[in-house]
Amino acid sequence: MNENSDSARISEEAVAHVAHLARLRVTPEEQKMFSQQLSSVLGYGKAMEALNLDDVPPTSHPYPLNNVLRDDEISAGSSRDEVLDVAPVAQDNQFRVPPVLEQT
Amino acid sequence: MADRNIALLPEGWEAVLGLEVHAELLTETKLFSASPNRFGGDPNTHIDPVSLGLPGTLPVVNRHAVELAIRVGLSLNCDVRPSTFARKNYFYPDMPKNYQISQYEDPINADGFLELPSGKRIGIVRAHLEEDTGKSTHVGGGGRIHEAGFSLIDYNRAGVPLIEIVSAPDLRSSDEAKEYVAELRAILVTIGATDGKMEEGSLRVDANISVRRVGDELGVRCEVKNVNSLRSLGRAIDYEARRQVKLLEEGGAVTQETRHWNEDEGKTHSLRSKEGETDYRYFLEPDLVPLVPDERWIEEIRGALPTLPAERRRRLASARETASTKGEMYGEADLSAIATIVARDQDELALGAISAGADTQLVFKHILNNLAEGTGKLDISAFAELLTAEAAGNISASQAKTILADLVANGGDAAAAMEARASDTTDAGELETLLEELIAQHSDEWQRFCEGEQKLQGFFVGQIMKATKGRADGQATAKLLAQRMM
Amino acid sequence: MNALNKPAIELAAAIRSGEISAVSAVEARLSEIATRDAEIAAFVQVLNEEALAAATSVDDRVATGEDPGPLAGVPIALKDNLCTRGIPTTCCSRILEGWKPPYEATVVSRLRNAGAVVVGKTNLDEFAMGSSTENSAFGTTRNPHDLSCVPGGSSGGSAAAVAAGFTPLALGSDTGGSIRQPAALCGVVGVKPTYGRVSRYGLIAFASSLDQIGPFATSVADAATLLEVIGGHDPADSTSIPEAMPSLSECLGRGVEGMRIGLVAELCDGVSSDVARRVSEASEALAGGGATVEEVSVPASRFGLSAYYLIAPAEASSNLARYDGVRYGMRTESSNAVEMNIATRTAGFGEEVKRRIMLGTFALSAGYYDAYYGKALKVRTLIIEDFNRAYEHFDALIAPTSPTTAFEIGSRTDDPLEMYLSDVCTVPSSLAGHPAMSVPFGSGDVNENNICLPVGVQVLAPAMGEETMFRVGAFLESVAVNVAESVAREALTSEALTSRDG
Repeated sequence: MNENSDSARISEEAVAHVAHLARLRVTPEEQKMFSQQLSSVLGYGKAMEALNLDDVPPTSHPYPLNNVLRDDEISAGSSRDEVLDVAPVAQDNQFRVPPVLEQT
Repeated sequence: MADRNIALLPEGWEAVLGLEVHAELLTETKLFSASPNRFGGDPNTHIDPVSLGLPGTLPVVNRHAVELAIRVGLSLNCDVRPSTFARKNYFYPDMPKNYQISQYEDPINADGFLELPSGKRIGIVRAHLEEDTGKSTHVGGGGRIHEAGFSLIDYNRAGVPLIEIVSAPDLRSSDEAKEYVAELRAILVTIGATDGKMEEGSLRVDANISVRRVGDELGVRCEVKNVNSLRSLGRAIDYEARRQVKLLEEGGAVTQETRHWNEDEGKTHSLRSKEGETDYRYFLEPDLVPLVPDERWIEEIRGALPTLPAERRRRLASARETASTKGEMYGEADLSAIATIVARDQDELALGAISAGADTQLVFKHILNNLAEGTGKLDISAFAELLTAEAAGNISASQAKTILADLVANGGDAAAAMEARASDTTDAGELETLLEELIAQHSDEWQRFCEGEQKLQGFFVGQIMKATKGRADGQATAKLLAQRMM
Repeated sequence: MNALNKPAIELAAAIRSGEISAVSAVEARLSEIATRDAEIAAFVQVLNEEALAAATSVDDRVATGEDPGPLAGVPIALKDNLCTRGIPTTCCSRILEGWKPPYEATVVSRLRNAGAVVVGKTNLDEFAMGSSTENSAFGTTRNPHDLSCVPGGSSGGSAAAVAAGFTPLALGSDTGGSIRQPAALCGVVGVKPTYGRVSRYGLIAFASSLDQIGPFATSVADAATLLEVIGGHDPADSTSIPEAMPSLSECLGRGVEGMRIGLVAELCDGVSSDVARRVSEASEALAGGGATVEEVSVPASRFGLSAYYLIAPAEASSNLARYDGVRYGMRTESSNAVEMNIATRTAGFGEEVKRRIMLGTFALSAGYYDAYYGKALKVRTLIIEDFNRAYEHFDALIAPTSPTTAFEIGSRTDDPLEMYLSDVCTVPSSLAGHPAMSVPFGSGDVNENNICLPVGVQVLAPAMGEETMFRVGAFLESVAVNVAESVAREALTSEALTSRDG
């Protein structure tokens, strides 16, 4: 069971990696705190491992619907001013951001 | 021809290529919202809360985009399947939600093939729906992406429906890759799925390129992006394949990565390592439900499809085969002639003329040589009539060419056009006078011709044609020469 | 009872008949809020001018003989994750502070069309992530029954607004219990409809496959009327069920005679004794009303919380990616776009939101998807199957809504897992997409402040089973008055009357 609880741990390195994927910065203290807290939540979830789920299909939509489609007709969109008014920074009718570098 | 030589890989090596083609679908509105799908326009005018990914907004799938996707699938011999949408999660400022809604595990079309004009089949792994991103423009800082300055973002393109068509790694050369894209483009345009404008970005190609020694396992591939024309596709593939061969021959290894084609330098270069960024954390899009097109809808769409280029080529080839009696020119040249005629949308003209009894050889010859600029006002029956007259010897080849040009320019029937031209055809008397003058000017040559130097016949016919500006009938002239000699 | 403080249905009737003006009804609520909300902090924004303008227009329509609709002039509070055109909608997050949506949520349009008057936006745990409203960036809401206690969450502001008598109706959103749990803790009716019953268009997403908007009200009948107004198909939401809303008000008086009702054993595990006692009294009352009541096992519901705390964060990690400082909301400037994204998100999100984004990102990441997110989706299937099996034998189920009554502010903030356990009774039906509601049913033991806090009993029904659920809910409400009266409620009422009279 100890091995199991190990596998449910999120290491501090994993926290740092996940934070980067999620575009968040965490301090070393936060890294430690999140590692402990998230491990504890995942540890609670270990209970699910007792279940045999091999032949169980996943459920992504609680209410099954298919083919929800709309007609290809233009309807009034947003006015540019209304949208750019709430932009953090706008210039030349566009959204301005600091330089976009290649993904790092 | 220099390009051609550079393209060749060293003996024993081959390139293995798979292409990912993104085509913008010709819908009125975006894939998930009702703002217009139009190229260009003032920045941020084709937008709405959904395409901007504003908090609280939800996507609803455009029926016409699905229909176009099914058309694409059927045209590429795919299975049209129940499908789902997923979220592909990564951050990029031109992507409003910081995830792209795309079809991942269950694409709407899978397992098809495309037949090249050469007859080779290229596997189609999948052809799925997804949304396009906006566009960012870098401003200032010397215009280089790595330097300071800032970026401006226009979301007009965000949410435009795309179909992504992924080929199997069945292509083996840059020429084949170009042929594939040209054929695919022809199909997509024929079925009205896209306008196919590579220069406007409505058709975009990424190439997965690897090399191997013939007979070996597949090598490590690189994905090359930013290829904006057929020509640069060929150049990028050739460059990248040679780069990889050189690397391997020097004992190095190819790294799986995305590379950027620089058109000016003629080189690909590595984008910064994507380590950690390839984790797209796909999961089923909870805001959308599955697409399960029923058989009736699929068959309805199939029934409304126009005839595709491959089928049109087959029809033309078969008509050519059955109708042709002389001057066979099967093989490469014939295939390419057929492909050209279909690509020019002149196959209907060819088939019509052949079935109206025109000589196949003449049909092909005139279309290929004299109709490259289009058929103008030419109608099928006039074309057939003209060629029948030519075959019967009633008019000369050069007259036929002239009259054909008249029909393209003015339309009307062939008889009238031939009549109009006949009035300025030289009569027998005029020909005789001309010949007498020629004999007087070139008595030496005439003497040799009479003594049996046959090749000089061409000289006299040519001189008469020149003098009549091609109006003289070749056969009549030859006959006159023979009579005069006796 | 003050004529202006009537339940919603009676108030609307009085306004439609011209007996009371909408303006006077709304003014009375606004002044109540102005006087007493400073200590409760149910609202993050009160819309005095807009509300009076809307009320005036209702009165004008009444004057010209038009029918302004079933909620004519009824003041309503909206959880601040529902988009209101031109009115700041923040999710109580710094990252959206001041953001004015250029469009209206479907439910808000429907409310306006029904004559309801929006008087303000209520507090919530940031992005609806929490069970106490303590995670709001704009302060903690207090439980009107005991100001030292939480109102529950995440729709704590809406629950408190109704409990405090600020508005007869409010809307909240429920992802894993965010309507039902605060309703229980504040002693009001709270309903989570079947997933797909109410359009999510304009509800700022937390976890898309779980989120549902639903009513808070002081009575089951009012909640039914509100749900009738906001429910029904909406083409702007692909997950909206294409069926008309049935009339719920018609089922209310039918009693439970002949119904088969199950008491869910797993959801009673570990519940505090005072809550358990009320739930067992509720089953006895149902039996007394002619229903067959039996204990039933829904085995997979024990794994609900485990699955929920993977599925909801996973969806949230994706839904919240759009807050990046580019198009709207706050921005913290930096040297390049990536750094700007990071700086903005790090400064803009609170700790609980970051925790869940990271948990969800992890659950979806390469190498962990199958072990976490994938597994949780399968557990979700088991939960649905187990519920459906139970519904082969039962028309409806009952359970506690919350394992405890309202807890002290700050008592669960140190340990996220302990806070998450507050949702243990509500999460299973959320995962199943089934409707569930909380009905006040007496109160718990006297707490440290000598107050008996409200207890809620949860009624669960199969998908699209709202009619059955409301029938049971209305019956429980009708017998709840016979249960030992809540000291807190009496205290509150007398206090409220005193303050009004004074």
